[in-house]
Amino acid sequence: MKLTLKIWRQKNNADQGGFVSYPIDGISKDMSFLEMLDVLNEELSNQGEDPVHFDHDCREGICGMCSLYINGKPHGPQQTTTCQLHMRSFHDGDTITIEPWRAKAFPVVKDLVVDRSAFDRIIQAGGYVSVNTGGVPDANEIPIPKRIADEAFDAATCIGCGACVAACKNASAMLFVSAKISQLAMLPQGQVERKERAEKMIAQMDSEGFGACTNTGACSAECPKGISLTNIARMNREYFSAVVSSENV
Amino acid sequence: MILDSKIPAGPLSEKWTQHKFNSKLVNPANKRKYEVIVVGTGLAGASAAASLAELGYNVKAFCFQDSPRRAHSIAAQGGINAAKNYQNDGDSVFRLFYDTIKGGDYRAREANVYRLAEVSVNIIDQCVAQGVPFAREYGGLLANRSFGGAQVSRTFYARGQTGQQLLLGAYSALSRQVANGKVKLYPRTEMMDLVVVDGHARGIVTRNLITGAVESHAAHAVLLCTGGYGNVFFLSTNAMGSNVTAAWRAHKRGAYFANPCYTQIHPTCIPVSGDHQSKLTLMSESLRNDGRVWVPATKETAEKLRKGEIKANDIADKDRDYYLERKYPSFGNLVPRDVASRNAKYVCDEGRGVNETGEAVFLDFRDAIKRDGEETIRAKYGNLFDMYQQITGENPYQVPMMIYPAVHYTMGGLWVDYNLMTTVPGLYALGEANFSDHGANRLGASALMQGLADGYFVIPYTIGDYLAQIGPKPVDANHPEFQKATNQVKDRINQLLNIKGSKSVDYFHKKLGKIMWDECGMARTAEGLKKAKAEIKALRVEFWKDVRVLGDNEELNQSLEKAHRVADFLELGELMIDDALNREESCGGHFREEYQTPEGEALRDDENFAYVAAWKYTGENQEEELHKEPLEFENVKLTQRSYK
Repeated sequence: MKLTLKIWRQKNNADQGGFVSYPIDGISKDMSFLEMLDVLNEELSNQGEDPVHFDHDCREGICGMCSLYINGKPHGPQQTTTCQLHMRSFHDGDTITIEPWRAKAFPVVKDLVVDRSAFDRIIQAGGYVSVNTGGVPDANEIPIPKRIADEAFDAATCIGCGACVAACKNASAMLFVSAKISQLAMLPQGQVERKERAEKMIAQMDSEGFGACTNTGACSAECPKGISLTNIARMNREYFSAVVSSENV
Repeated sequence: MILDSKIPAGPLSEKWTQHKFNSKLVNPANKRKYEVIVVGTGLAGASAAASLAELGYNVKAFCFQDSPRRAHSIAAQGGINAAKNYQNDGDSVFRLFYDTIKGGDYRAREANVYRLAEVSVNIIDQCVAQGVPFAREYGGLLANRSFGGAQVSRTFYARGQTGQQLLLGAYSALSRQVANGKVKLYPRTEMMDLVVVDGHARGIVTRNLITGAVESHAAHAVLLCTGGYGNVFFLSTNAMGSNVTAAWRAHKRGAYFANPCYTQIHPTCIPVSGDHQSKLTLMSESLRNDGRVWVPATKETAEKLRKGEIKANDIADKDRDYYLERKYPSFGNLVPRDVASRNAKYVCDEGRGVNETGEAVFLDFRDAIKRDGEETIRAKYGNLFDMYQQITGENPYQVPMMIYPAVHYTMGGLWVDYNLMTTVPGLYALGEANFSDHGANRLGASALMQGLADGYFVIPYTIGDYLAQIGPKPVDANHPEFQKATNQVKDRINQLLNIKGSKSVDYFHKKLGKIMWDECGMARTAEGLKKAKAEIKALRVEFWKDVRVLGDNEELNQSLEKAHRVADFLELGELMIDDALNREESCGGHFREEYQTPEGEALRDDENFAYVAAWKYTGENQEEELHKEPLEFENVKLTQRSYK
């Protein structure tokens, strides 16, 4: 396949950045999207040009590190991570536009690499059950109905890639935050800190500069793990019930 | 140096309890006076950092990824073993211990493995308390499955994403300690060297991957939780960033490297599709429970298949060779990983491979679908089938999957004693980075168990013994050794940037990977290993003359990061070959063609090789020095593994 790649290049956060077009040839349909970029980078490197920087690690769709905005969609045309996207989804002669995640809370580091540490700080605000190592009950002393366990699992599969934020016109992080709040609100282990968790995580989310939710559902539609919009509804319910009974007011 | 494994005296089942009692304690008020560095935030690193911070130590945690949650433990699919015996099917701590020792082909330490089995039960309790959503039965209790040919159901799992859920549990515990101010996180920061002062590990030198700043950090102890070195083969199931640099730098500062040649090659991976391939994807070995492995009975049929003249489904049963079922009638398709991998290589070497490259065999679900129906198979393996289709573009419900073995895990690693301390006092190695628990072959669902055992339940006890002895006096970060190590790292960066050669880093990495895979992969010979050693030496010389690293140090520079890692792989590769040459026997994942039974199975030599080979670095371009830790078996009888 012969393609034209229109790629966002930005030397660092202070740089203004802009698109640069690269023609590329000899791309096989069996390549993954990132392997196609590897080929481009090898060519750039051979010409003495700085390779295109992008985040990636496991390349099997689970670490959440890869993060490209391809032809106007996070992770490209399929509902999967960029590393699992293959070139058979494109056609000979296509022009492919590749950008970084665009959100105020995810500043660009270089080229297609962004800083997603805001997500870590939101988890640090309360995305856990406060138990120390040791001194916990036997695992089977906490029975959990299978339906609840399965539903909590569905929320827990979030890989923290940030596609939800990139997909949202408001750059809202509600899907990410609600997935963690939901998981722990549904499980018995999460009950003790349930209210406090919702309040603290949402406060942190707001302070990071993510936008609000207007229920368009783009986040869920583009989520490579199919995290459901139901989680946002659940989070709102958690938040309201926490705030009305809050001792922090 | 005589390697002192510090295995406690007494009966096997009492060693750990007794050892915990005999270890010195650090007074709670003194714990806050100690600094501990943890490198790597996978299962071992995150669990250790969180647990030590909970105890009151001040922890600094480093990872090269943008977030600690992305460490490659996250990609583990199958599950985690624990001797809970919830299924009432005869499991026990001793049985898990025994299976692990036997599965490792009798090349692991009894005491360590027993401890692993003993604490395995606590891991499950801990993870459930954190909110890890394990699979459950309708009654609300935890579900188990049998895994990797085990005869009991002791594997806990969270669909095909067990590693992800366990890591997110450890990451949540770590995040809580970050919020408490007990852990300081350093993401996108890579360890470049170890600082040793008066023979003790006292800190590390790091490079900030965003700014390029080279800095040093002082501490009372350093924990390396940096995973395995499978990427020395270029193609493996490891993440792209997985590397040996931290462990290798420590090795060059005095930590012995044990059993480097023990590599696990996983039989069920998606085959290489072309030269562009950057990594290999594992398909869970649970697929072998229902899939049947075969190749055409003759070379001629295989050739027609490769040319596309016929399709797999056109081949009649009588023209197929279900070679695992034929050779191993009692275990069939469920033989251990090393046996399944080797046999795939044999049939492909005979010219019976089934894809364009000739390096693939079929894993066929036709009969299982006929027997159980497509829906049943979909319920069991749906996500795996989808993943396969995503990557290959073929529908495995209609045509057989194609699979081939790939490098997956490294059992070798830094030598550690019973306390997980390396030969450098104050330097510890946990998880896949150490060598201690899996012998020459790791069983399925045991890697997650070991990573979390080391981090949650071993290091919190053993580190205190050392810290109490050295006392809480602050470490002098101005000691000249810190500056010296920092300067050495800066010099190396400049050296790499100034070569300005003609070949990319990947060029060297791919060449190294091919040498390692051809000569130090699934089957090894003295002749091939010697040839490979010479080739690697030459490649290393060429690397330092002709590699091209673009850009500057003071920016995000992925080719510079990679160059450092590949430079270290080029040295490690040679040591793996030395180790494989030295071990004149076959055991587990290490198969020397000269040493096999008449049926072609691995032939151990317990009389001469029942030892851990620990290698000491002796200087640039010098041969490493071999030290032997004899393995003593008091509780199990060494036997020849047989799966006929």
